[in-house]
Amino acid sequence: MKAKIVITPKKAVLDPQGKTVQAALEQMGHDGVKAVHVGKYLEIELEGDAESWRPKIDEACHKLLSNPVIEDYHFTIE
Amino acid sequence: MHFAVLQFPGSNCDQDCVHVLANVLGQQADYLWHKEESLGNADAVIVPGGFSYGDYLRTGSIAQFSPVMKSVKAFANEGGLVLGICNGFQILCESGLLPGALVRNRSLQFRCEHVYLRVPTADSPFTSDVPEGMQLRMPIAHGEGCYFAEEQTLISLQANDQILFQYTNETGELTDEANPNGSILNIAGICNEGRNVCGMMPHPERASENVLGGNDGRLVFDSMLHYFEDKADLTQAFKVKT
Repeated sequence: MKAKIVITPKKAVLDPQGKTVQAALEQMGHDGVKAVHVGKYLEIELEGDAESWRPKIDEACHKLLSNPVIEDYHFTIE
Repeated sequence: MHFAVLQFPGSNCDQDCVHVLANVLGQQADYLWHKEESLGNADAVIVPGGFSYGDYLRTGSIAQFSPVMKSVKAFANEGGLVLGICNGFQILCESGLLPGALVRNRSLQFRCEHVYLRVPTADSPFTSDVPEGMQLRMPIAHGEGCYFAEEQTLISLQANDQILFQYTNETGELTDEANPNGSILNIAGICNEGRNVCGMMPHPERASENVLGGNDGRLVFDSMLHYFEDKADLTQAFKVKT
């Protein structure tokens, strides 16, 4: 069982990495790239009951894995 | 005055801080390993620059869980002086002792250069020795120094005069060109609402001796020293009176 966590920068935060990647995609010749957001992906291998892990993973995302001032997160446990 | 200079795995400005505090200011300065749980009899804590825990996950994010940080939080909540420099600023934000966060420089470049700083208020233990209107010159060296905070936080930072340092050009203007990292409001350093915790991206410890090209940074440490001495004098006077 794995928790799969996706962390993305908040809209209001400058994302120079995203802008640079977007420019590179345009350089490659891709038209119509509206925006790129560079975030993080984490996998945490777990054992036990998925439902009991849910609040713990949520707390870990809030306190350590993401910074709520600058980032949003969502996760699945499967 | 007794300073505790924290050491995390990856700290690299700890020796510069101890050198300035001990050899330039003539104060007692000791290293404090992050596994320690007590600050001993420290009168102030310095959280130095570097790359604590290799900057893994986010800069400063892992260090907040080091045992010593529990004592630093308690010390700060009781009014103790805490100064975070560069990575130390990032650690103080991540641990919730200061509002906001520091993100990747707008340019995506690691910026290592001298900057000019405006000091909007002398009303803090970290800026009280800075003469009014004086512009400071200090080095920066960071890849993640772009200060960000939500609008409500920025409003209260301004309302409470918590912005202590701002990047300016040579003539003292807050311009976009003078902003080395994209920080909101050109913020280079702030303090908490209680004014006893300060975080700053520039390195005062690298600008405290003329032989290193300038000693403007010394004003930050002198301010802390004089604040502490004044407080000690007051306590003494109070004791005599009663």
